[in-house]
Amino acid sequence: MSAEEKASVAQDSVAAPVVVRVRRPALAESRWVRRLLIAAALVFLALFLLLPLVAVFVQAFQKGFAAYWEALVEPDAVAAIRLTLLVAAIAVPLNLVFGVAASWCIAKFDFRGKHLLTTLIDLPFSVSPVISGLVFVLLFGLHGVLGPFLKSQGIQIVFALPGLVLATVFVTFPFVARELIPLMHEQGCDEEEAALVLGASGWQTFWHVTLPNIKWGLLYGVLLSNARAMGEFGAVSVVSGHIRGETNTMPLHVEILYNEYNFVAAFAVASLLALLALVTLAAKTALEWRFGAELAALKRH
Amino acid sequence: MTGAVGWQIRRPSVLPGFGLTLGITLTWLSLIVLVPLAALAVKATGLGWSGFWSVASDARVLAAFRVSFGLSLAAAAVNAVFGLLVAWVLVRYRFPAKRLVDALIDLPFALPTAVAGIALTALYAPNGWVGQPLLDWLGVRVAFSPIGIAVALIFVGLPFVVRTVEPVLQEMPPEEEEAAACLGASRFQTIRYVVLPSIFPALMTGFALAFARGVGEYGSVIFIAGNMPGLTEIVPLLIVIKLEQYDYAGAAAVGTLMLLASFVLLLILNLLQSWMRARHVR
Repeated sequence: MSAEEKASVAQDSVAAPVVVRVRRPALAESRWVRRLLIAAALVFLALFLLLPLVAVFVQAFQKGFAAYWEALVEPDAVAAIRLTLLVAAIAVPLNLVFGVAASWCIAKFDFRGKHLLTTLIDLPFSVSPVISGLVFVLLFGLHGVLGPFLKSQGIQIVFALPGLVLATVFVTFPFVARELIPLMHEQGCDEEEAALVLGASGWQTFWHVTLPNIKWGLLYGVLLSNARAMGEFGAVSVVSGHIRGETNTMPLHVEILYNEYNFVAAFAVASLLALLALVTLAAKTALEWRFGAELAALKRH
Repeated sequence: MTGAVGWQIRRPSVLPGFGLTLGITLTWLSLIVLVPLAALAVKATGLGWSGFWSVASDARVLAAFRVSFGLSLAAAAVNAVFGLLVAWVLVRYRFPAKRLVDALIDLPFALPTAVAGIALTALYAPNGWVGQPLLDWLGVRVAFSPIGIAVALIFVGLPFVVRTVEPVLQEMPPEEEEAAACLGASRFQTIRYVVLPSIFPALMTGFALAFARGVGEYGSVIFIAGNMPGLTEIVPLLIVIKLEQYDYAGAAAVGTLMLLASFVLLLILNLLQSWMRARHVR
């Protein structure tokens, strides 16, 4: 297969949800079976995906726009929004740098233990969010391994911003790397080698050759890791300590309001998070449609 | 690696930056993932074997494990059936707003779990849009019962099945089905004996991923579960409860058990899957 053919096949398979092969009757179900299956799938999706999403917004606006707005500008809510943005603004760039470094070393070089390293990077995905938070409490908490030492130094990690950032970095750890590794692997090293032969330095090669090649994949990874960072609940819930206005992120604020039976306010804050999810989905879908061929490697999660 | 350089740590390359990027990767990986996970093991071993065993054999802990693993299995099974149906419909049929539906599949990946949790609870509660009819007509109580937990786990697990089955269905050559049809197979036989076997490994992978995700899920479950000890209390919640009681060692022990159990189950499913794949190699 030539390169162009490969690219066009890759494009087809990414845009494929709309590509329907013309089938002869022997290869298609009867019209009624088709309609029945489509209806069953859509009812299932409506019950489990669409209705919950609609419910968030309906509940948020149940007592009108004024009550909705009030729940969002209330000081604790504002503090939660600010904290969520701050945590994401620290955690995402850290994992961005790590993800690029890890995929450079894994995708561009062959070395012993590479498979093990890839598996270890994916490890946080298979760990329950609660355990992701628990490990930091056990390490830095008052009764934790380093707890007494940290206390004597006057450093607080758990139940404070550093703990929230650590837990968030843990849960978003693999996102960027796992998007970039297959992409960079597929692109190979030829272009980088050419740049080096022509006299570019290592940094110049990375900046002018590699980065432009991976920018969409990188954006894709950052989008997903940002959505997870802002929406993470289990891990941050364990390390936060739930101090209102201080260590409450938006998802935790939603929980507190909900448990206080303040449903309108809970769903109002939740609607912001749902909007974030919708924007993320839209941007992700747009990236897949627009740069489908380049991102083809990413579709295989 | 080729024979001549087989003994080396790394195959020679003209690209720079191996030491730097490997250093960054290993440092960051150790600091964020490996050392904290080691702390979990250290805390759990601090209990000693008998202490660990007394936590593990506690009735409440055992019940939580039964709830978590049993309902995750049930939810993954439902997802395997409906995920396959959704993937099939999305790949093979044409209907309005299909691209929108396809994009919506990833919603559980993007929607924060706490938001999913309160939304599902509002929907399936006895006075909710779906919960009320179910209660009135069928007498089924969804929220605040084990069924509610399963509903939340179905929500979080669905995209895993759809997204693993979809590409395999897309890449399936039509020739195999054509051959079956030419040889006189009915449509049902073709699907049963030709299509299903070739997508089965992908389906199992999706099932395993959905199952593993379900076992660890916390945010979307705790709101809808009702959290009654022994009945609707999941393992992650039990860990949180133990932490809130400052029972760090107990929390570490349950956490370690949970990690071990899910690794063992994933291993079994992986073995099963490679066995399946070996059987269907053509």
